[in-house]
Amino acid sequence: MSDPATGHAPAGPAAPGSTRFLAHHFPSMEAQLDTSKLGIWLFLGSEVLFFSGLFTAYGVYRANHFSLFHYAHHFLDWRMGALNTVVLVLSSLSAAWSVRCAQLGQRRGLNATLLLTLVLAGVFLVVKYFEYSHKLHNGIAWGAACRPSEAILSTLPPDVRALPVPKDLGTFFSIYYLMTGLHGIHVLVGMGLYVWLLGRAGRGDFGPGYYVPVDSVALYWHLVDMIWIFLFPLFYLM
Amino acid sequence: MNETPPPPAGRAHEEHGTHVLPPAVLLGTAAALLGLTVVTVASSRVDLGAWNVVLALAIACSKAALVALFFMHLKYENRFQLVVLVSAALFAVLFVAFVVFDTTQYEPGIRAWLERPKGG
Repeated sequence: MSDPATGHAPAGPAAPGSTRFLAHHFPSMEAQLDTSKLGIWLFLGSEVLFFSGLFTAYGVYRANHFSLFHYAHHFLDWRMGALNTVVLVLSSLSAAWSVRCAQLGQRRGLNATLLLTLVLAGVFLVVKYFEYSHKLHNGIAWGAACRPSEAILSTLPPDVRALPVPKDLGTFFSIYYLMTGLHGIHVLVGMGLYVWLLGRAGRGDFGPGYYVPVDSVALYWHLVDMIWIFLFPLFYLM
Repeated sequence: MNETPPPPAGRAHEEHGTHVLPPAVLLGTAAALLGLTVVTVASSRVDLGAWNVVLALAIACSKAALVALFFMHLKYENRFQLVVLVSAALFAVLFVAFVVFDTTQYEPGIRAWLERPKGG
């Protein structure tokens, strides 16, 4: 049998019952699928715990400095956040659909949904790039480097504009950049994984008999979506 | 194209992981997620005081549950996968909650110390 990584096997969707991609240490394709699922779910559990440290930083800082949080959120554009929420929901839909296509052996649908997921992930990062660059050009950086420009301060609502700039504003943005940045890195990794899946799908590796990579990457992608579901209201809507 | 018919429904139920989500479920889940996004934006416009964040988190949790149950197939999977996700989420909540309780307990003391009269 061929190694899944080298893919020397002939092209064509993996038919049910095909053991072309069965790793030698598994007794059957079903055992391989179940083990892979458990593995990816344990990884997702560790990802939840990984992010929980940053959510704790957020919670502690917000509990003690609520007025600063309320002040700082005026620098975030909820429309950008909402747009990205919609983009990620659609990309999750596309990712879930790609699993369906792989399970049903629909090669054209699989290629289309994988590509759509990749494109939507790219759109998310482009929106994020506009947000980040707008902030950084106006001095909204992290920590002590956060010195908002007059131009951005003048865009605040008049009652907020009247307040002095809090000296700890940079701490809020440290948390903001760390949480959205770590999430953004996950999006970037997801895009890499979708490029890899597109390559393998183009070669015809996936079908009803073998769709573990499509399923696993989709599960990871849904978790990335899930984390954004929490980041969006916590940062953009307060 | 080489389209292979889906496995018979009976077989799909016997084996975990071969459940194929129908388009109606996929589209319905996405529509519910988009609808809840509108609700969460709208609810942030109403001033509920401390309840705003509670409501926002409640909506976020229901959105996350929709993603997990349908997009991530948890509704149709081996229950063990659900145990893994829920226990990770519970520990994350425990972590955040206890640290926040603790810090709000000590913050007044720290503030009093920082603002103490100099030389005292």
